[in-house]
Amino acid sequence: MERSDVDLDERLLRPIERTGRAFWIGCGILIAIGAWGLFAWITQLRRGLAVTGLNVPVYWGLYITNFVFFIGISHAGTLISAILRLAHAEWRRSITRAAEVITVLVLFFGMGCVILDLGRPDRVLNVLKHGNFTSPLLWDVASVATYLMASTIYLYLPLIPDIAILRDRLPKRRWFYRPLALGWTGSPHQRRLLDRAIAAMAVIVIPIAVSVHTVVSWVFAMTVQPMWHSTIFGPYFVVGAIFSGIGAILIAMAIIRKAYHLENYLKPVHFNNLGLLLLVMALLWFYFTFAEFLTTYYGGEPTHMVVFLSKTEGKFSPFFWTMIVSCFVIPFGLLCNKRTRGTIWGPVVASVSVELGMWLERFLIVVPSLSNPRLPLTAASYSPSWVEWSLLAGFIATFILLYVLFTKLFPIVSIWEIREGRERSVSEVTERVQSYLPALAEAGK
Amino acid sequence: MPRWGMVIDLDRCTACQACVVACQVENNVAPSNPGMAASGREISWLRLVPFQGGEHGTRPELRLVPLPCMHCERPPCVRVCPVGATGTDREGLVGQIYPRCIGCRYCTTACPYTVRHFNWDRPKWPGPMEQGLSPDVSVRPRGVVEKCTFCHHRLQRAKDQARAEGRPLREADYVPACVETCPAEAMAFGDLDDPRSAVARLSESPRAFRLLEELGTQPKVIYLSKGEWGGEI
Repeated sequence: MERSDVDLDERLLRPIERTGRAFWIGCGILIAIGAWGLFAWITQLRRGLAVTGLNVPVYWGLYITNFVFFIGISHAGTLISAILRLAHAEWRRSITRAAEVITVLVLFFGMGCVILDLGRPDRVLNVLKHGNFTSPLLWDVASVATYLMASTIYLYLPLIPDIAILRDRLPKRRWFYRPLALGWTGSPHQRRLLDRAIAAMAVIVIPIAVSVHTVVSWVFAMTVQPMWHSTIFGPYFVVGAIFSGIGAILIAMAIIRKAYHLENYLKPVHFNNLGLLLLVMALLWFYFTFAEFLTTYYGGEPTHMVVFLSKTEGKFSPFFWTMIVSCFVIPFGLLCNKRTRGTIWGPVVASVSVELGMWLERFLIVVPSLSNPRLPLTAASYSPSWVEWSLLAGFIATFILLYVLFTKLFPIVSIWEIREGRERSVSEVTERVQSYLPALAEAGK
Repeated sequence: MPRWGMVIDLDRCTACQACVVACQVENNVAPSNPGMAASGREISWLRLVPFQGGEHGTRPELRLVPLPCMHCERPPCVRVCPVGATGTDREGLVGQIYPRCIGCRYCTTACPYTVRHFNWDRPKWPGPMEQGLSPDVSVRPRGVVEKCTFCHHRLQRAKDQARAEGRPLREADYVPACVETCPAEAMAFGDLDDPRSAVARLSESPRAFRLLEELGTQPKVIYLSKGEWGGEI
């Protein structure tokens, strides 16, 4: 009985049991890019931040941009998956894990960016030894660390039954899966415990996720610098984070679907539904951006206007208008239309565009404000060096590599949740819907 | 407890930059080079900043304003440091703990005056200059932030001297290098809380103003200038 159930979802185990040539080629390329990033990092460790393009007054550049961007992406998983779980959105079953892994992995890279940015990375532990809690940067440390822990637990809990399946199927790798499965047998007692733990974590993780990007925004908003000192930065950043997070899930889903032939699990309906969410976030993002820029413009404070104009018509305007197009015009156009939203490519193209646009948004928050200091200094302009670009490429490649390795060790689509959906949810949903409609229940009598 | 402050009289300042050089030598700040200048990475605890004076189209005027650390009463840099590597001491001096600084540069971005500097590279002195370094001031390693300290090593020295002589510290005992050097006598230094001090008197002058006062940082560097220009910065 058990066996035939697993056989039904055989395809989900295939990436773990068999490995083709494409995998090795892909890994080779990713490792090469990662190694190049490592070389860049060693160069920076040896010669200091002099190898970057940073200067006075642009003290922060690509590293901080990437930090905000990566932490933003991390909102993909845990938050979306938690919300969908709590909302009993049945279509979530095949996408939650792919999303949660993004969160856990990308958080390491977000934190890595901050360490890259330090002049003295050897002293990073001073934040624990001499932590100064009036600093928003320390709030970040606390909040990101909590988020990492919570989302790791939240990823791990729903993995346990799947690890047990692997433990029973792959005797050769038993040593690996057995301790991780925590003696899972699938007894009703265990199931009840697991359900409760997952439900509790789904609730806990949401406020933590919201706090993370709020606090990231406060690193900027708590200073008095022009166009940083804004009260809407908290929610603005959270919206942007969820926005880019959903984009990341869609891209990951499309690749997984193609590479592992999971067309039956990741259907157009998943892309359509996430596409709708992306559309909502695009509208919200535009609303926040519009509110932020209109307030600044209408207030017309000279120091703020200098930054404002450098974004809208000055040096940074090509980036600014690209951002508007790729964060709003393209996704809005593609996702409003049912014909493009209902395809796979429509939401995916929109997502790629959103990722580019959101990275530019982060860049446009960090750099223009710093480029226009209040006092008339002879400002040098900032252009990132090869080291900074290489480290970005290295981080992205290593992230993808770790993601791919995860799919080789654990099923990227949750097997037991799919099975549970088949076995229980269909009737549950029918009952639930019936319970909304008293007339129908009466009619049955 | 004294509250140290500085007054810079812009009507007297000739922009000769003697203060800039004195500061550089006094505080072991390595000299700049063309590479640093081109990449915008010069370190200068005190520098001259060009302000555009006069109304547009009437009588344009370029005024060079010496810009040290303002030693704010409410310094935006201190609060944001994640490791407490910068702080205000009891006498109001904003200092920097080089061995603790992790080089995150949050303080440099939070400072609205851009007077904090980061050591992008190891400081280098050409040949014999290295032997002329002051033993009273530590040389900063690569990767940390540094800033004007109002020459607080001079305060330490003056306090030691006064203690050795068994007398209280006199105001004239402690003067930063820039103030001591100024040939035009445009700079004054002393205790802002002492009503008899020159700085306290000058800070009451109708010509007195502070930079970016509207931000509520309460700078302890006070500028003097007559005419419309002064108030307009």
